[in-house]
Amino acid sequence: MNWEVIVKYLPKLLEGAWLTLELVAIAVIAGLILALPMGIARASRHWYVRALPYGYIFFFRGTPLLVQLFLVYYGVAQFDIVRNGPLWPYLRDPYWCAILTMTMHTAAYIAEILRGAIQAVPPGEIEAARALGMSRAQAMLYIILPRAARIGLPAYSNEVILMLKASALASTVTLLELTGMARTIIARTYLPVEIFFAAGMFYLVIAYVLVRGFKLLERRLRVDACQGR
Amino acid sequence: MIFDLHGFGPALLAGALMTIQLALSALCLGLVLGLLGALAKTSPHKPLQWLGGSYSTIVRGVPELLWVLLIYFGTVNLMRSIGEALGKPDLELNAFAAGTIALGLCFGAYATEVFRGAILAIPKGHREAGQALGLSSPRIFWRLILPQMWRIALPGLGNLFMILMKDTALVSVIGLEEIMRRAQIAVTASKEPFTFFLVAAFIYLGLTVLAMIGMHFLEKRSSRGFVRSAS
Repeated sequence: MNWEVIVKYLPKLLEGAWLTLELVAIAVIAGLILALPMGIARASRHWYVRALPYGYIFFFRGTPLLVQLFLVYYGVAQFDIVRNGPLWPYLRDPYWCAILTMTMHTAAYIAEILRGAIQAVPPGEIEAARALGMSRAQAMLYIILPRAARIGLPAYSNEVILMLKASALASTVTLLELTGMARTIIARTYLPVEIFFAAGMFYLVIAYVLVRGFKLLERRLRVDACQGR
Repeated sequence: MIFDLHGFGPALLAGALMTIQLALSALCLGLVLGLLGALAKTSPHKPLQWLGGSYSTIVRGVPELLWVLLIYFGTVNLMRSIGEALGKPDLELNAFAAGTIALGLCFGAYATEVFRGAILAIPKGHREAGQALGLSSPRIFWRLILPQMWRIALPGLGNLFMILMKDTALVSVIGLEEIMRRAQIAVTASKEPFTFFLVAAFIYLGLTVLAMIGMHFLEKRSSRGFVRSAS
């Protein structure tokens, strides 16, 4: 093990770790916003409301993220309309492509988490809200969603960790996040074991901090108490 | 011919076959590793517990892509020294073997937790009954615990297999000619990236659906004789 190399390239790896964090943070927050209407629609009683989000979720959960990333980064360039359109400066940029793909990908998973959480809200509480004269929308906003947020939080924290690991795929579209940076350094030093080891340590540390953070948040929101545990 | 695609259709199907082979071989390795991990984690010996625990924690905390790259590029020197010892200096880990090891390693780490849950779900009395009958520990495991574990672990393993199926795409990064790699080759030649990556996506969707049907069948089969009490 050549420790000097690890120390020498530590600043570079830190830089990569920062980009990884940035990608994950934007994707899981934007994904949550995108997933909210989908999750609510997915929990609907009417099949025609459920159908569209179901198709979206089926596609994004059934195909590898790598395919989705390549579809967006390489794929959309096939169409002249896109290449001449106003969004081309963004769709040409690997950074925005990675963010767009990761957001759409994670939104499908978060929507399923939300659906499960919404359906797990005890019916009595919804009936109580309606009996108090709340409209459907009010019951959703004040009772169901805050309750579902607590029920779904543990699953959401899992999804964040999964996205942390999935962000390594951004290196395949030339982004220099943690894995991408490690690969560039290896191309220069020819020391794969040392550099990948260091990068792996970074992922472990980030995952550990995230898990701790979510534990704290769960305690703050009194998730266990809410679930009668 | 509907599935011709500028003549790349057959190549993509060959890629799909490679994907299936990779997924199944990684599954075999992963099941063995998962079972060993779970046994280690539930064993009464502290060092074994620690070993199983660190395996599942460390492997699950690092991206699958990193494992694929690490095992493919990281073992070059190791393989070279093994090759020299065997008198074959240009011995190399091929992409298929590296992919199988990396994906099997990751599958095994998650399967460790699934199997552990299944072991813990089997009533303690069954093991004690085996001991009372004078069966040896390995015999208790093979004849009593394992057959019952299988049924409990199956749904969890099914989920893991779906994830594994999609993770096979990562091995295209080290050049294995599976669906993704074949699609990339077709894209280079045809300049139609959207078409070919979409076709690749639909092949994966088809494989996932097939796997789902297979899992459903296995789950039904494994619960023969079990009646779920009405609740």
